Amino acid sequence: MSDVTLDMRLGTKWRKPHFVKNPALRWGLIIGALVYLVLAVSSIEVNWARVSEGLIRGWNFIIAFASPDFTSRGTDIQEGLIESVIMTITSTIVGIAISIPIGLGAARNIAPLPIYMICRGIVALSRALNEIIVAILMVAIFGFGPLAGFITLSFATIGFLAKLMAEDIEDMDRVQAEAIRSTGSSWLQWIDYGVLPQVLPRLVGLSMYRLDINFRESAVLGLVGAGGIGATLNTAFDRYEFDTAAAILLIIIVTVMCLEYLSGIIRRKVQ
Amino acid sequence: MPISETNSGKKVWQLRDRNQTLIRYFGYLVTVAVFMWCWKQISDSTTWYFVWDAPRIAADIGSRAMPPKWDYISELWVPIWDTLNIATLGTILALVMAVPVAFLAASNTTPSKLFVRPIALIIIVSTRSINSLIWALLLVSIIGPGVAAGLMAIAIRSIGFCAKLLYEAIEEIDTKQIEAISATGASRWQVMVYGIVPQIMPAFAGISVFRWDINIRESTVLGLVGAGGIGLQLQSSLNVLAWPQVALILLVILVAVVLGEWVSAKVRGAII
Repeated sequence: MSDVTLDMRLGTKWRKPHFVKNPALRWGLIIGALVYLVLAVSSIEVNWARVSEGLIRGWNFIIAFASPDFTSRGTDIQEGLIESVIMTITSTIVGIAISIPIGLGAARNIAPLPIYMICRGIVALSRALNEIIVAILMVAIFGFGPLAGFITLSFATIGFLAKLMAEDIEDMDRVQAEAIRSTGSSWLQWIDYGVLPQVLPRLVGLSMYRLDINFRESAVLGLVGAGGIGATLNTAFDRYEFDTAAAILLIIIVTVMCLEYLSGIIRRKVQ
Repeated sequence: MPISETNSGKKVWQLRDRNQTLIRYFGYLVTVAVFMWCWKQISDSTTWYFVWDAPRIAADIGSRAMPPKWDYISELWVPIWDTLNIATLGTILALVMAVPVAFLAASNTTPSKLFVRPIALIIIVSTRSINSLIWALLLVSIIGPGVAAGLMAIAIRSIGFCAKLLYEAIEEIDTKQIEAISATGASRWQVMVYGIVPQIMPAFAGISVFRWDINIRESTVLGLVGAGGIGLQLQSSLNVLAWPQVALILLVILVAVVLGEWVSAKVRGAII
């Protein structure tokens, strides 16, 4: 009896269960994926001569990271960075201020249907449009400079914060809100004492996260003329000044790391 | 409990006591001051004449862009296909690189907490903090303009994102299942394949579809710096101020983004 193995009892050899259980669907997915991969890869053209030529440049760039040049374009970098920071701060503040009413309006358990539809529409539009595309339009309308970047980032912040806030309000504890309401509070008091305290800790965390995102985005808006350090970076790449580009990238990475660390601390404090 | 007294000596409950309120008002004051200073800087570098003129310009652009040039779509099919390829192949390439990084970064699977884990975390942070457009800019100047540069830019940018979410999923796995597998005398690799991988498979599938959705959005603009896809057409149409073409391209991008989000929501719904 002792030499009866599991395989013999089952009749067949044990095999790992598949991730997709339906065999027809599984093979359909595998074959479809393979066909797509072959088509996709064959449609990509790579100019290998250009690549091998570029590899030297790539190597130069990696070497440039060892000796980043902060000084020779120091004033440009400084101005661009300050402009980026300014755009980040203002757009985050304005974005939060606008996204609170829109977030309240986009929560189905608070807002009446017409307001809900309008607010959801704004959120969907803001999320569907890429920041760069909005920035191009804003630059075309408002002219070059940080104002276009500021409007772009504020608009993007609304979509992000209002959506997450609305979802949070829809998941909130109804009992607390009803308790406030039963004291005979006005609508504003109801929002202020019954709803906002429930979503505020997460809202603070998300705002910090958005500050972080806005800084990262402000670094590229300059590519289309919307202000910030992106313009300096673009010039550096165009002139193959890799040491300056490396310096700018290092500044961006370090700033983002600091912001992430800071937002981690703040989030832990409020939650 | 914060309580204040009215003139008649009656005690009234309030949300915060005096110190908390003062600190709060001070915070508001600082925020407003910082905002006003920043706004001054923006205002100084803005040509306000253009801004006051903006409604007219916007109306002008709008009237030029309408109606979109529908027959231009025949020239857009190839860029759309390229954009889809950049997003999809970029995501696949990113996942191939992100999986080992995630296993090295997760504190319960990393071979060495002291040496390997910090390196993996640095890879995650540095690839995440630089936007895909900047990666594209860099790669275009290294390997030349084209789809390949965009694909690699998307892939590099996605490594950090996927690896971060994946290593958090790995750190949250159920240790009992691992123990059960190792109790059968399984080797390190067998524990990985039979104990860890089945547990993180749903998270892995969810993350890849989620990132694919984001990559569809990002790949539409990579062409602006010469990295292939529909952004190239957008850039060239903008350069010649062909607003009806721009309108059509923006419409196509919008449809692509909405479709991408719909597909990813469906797939994630089926997995979870």
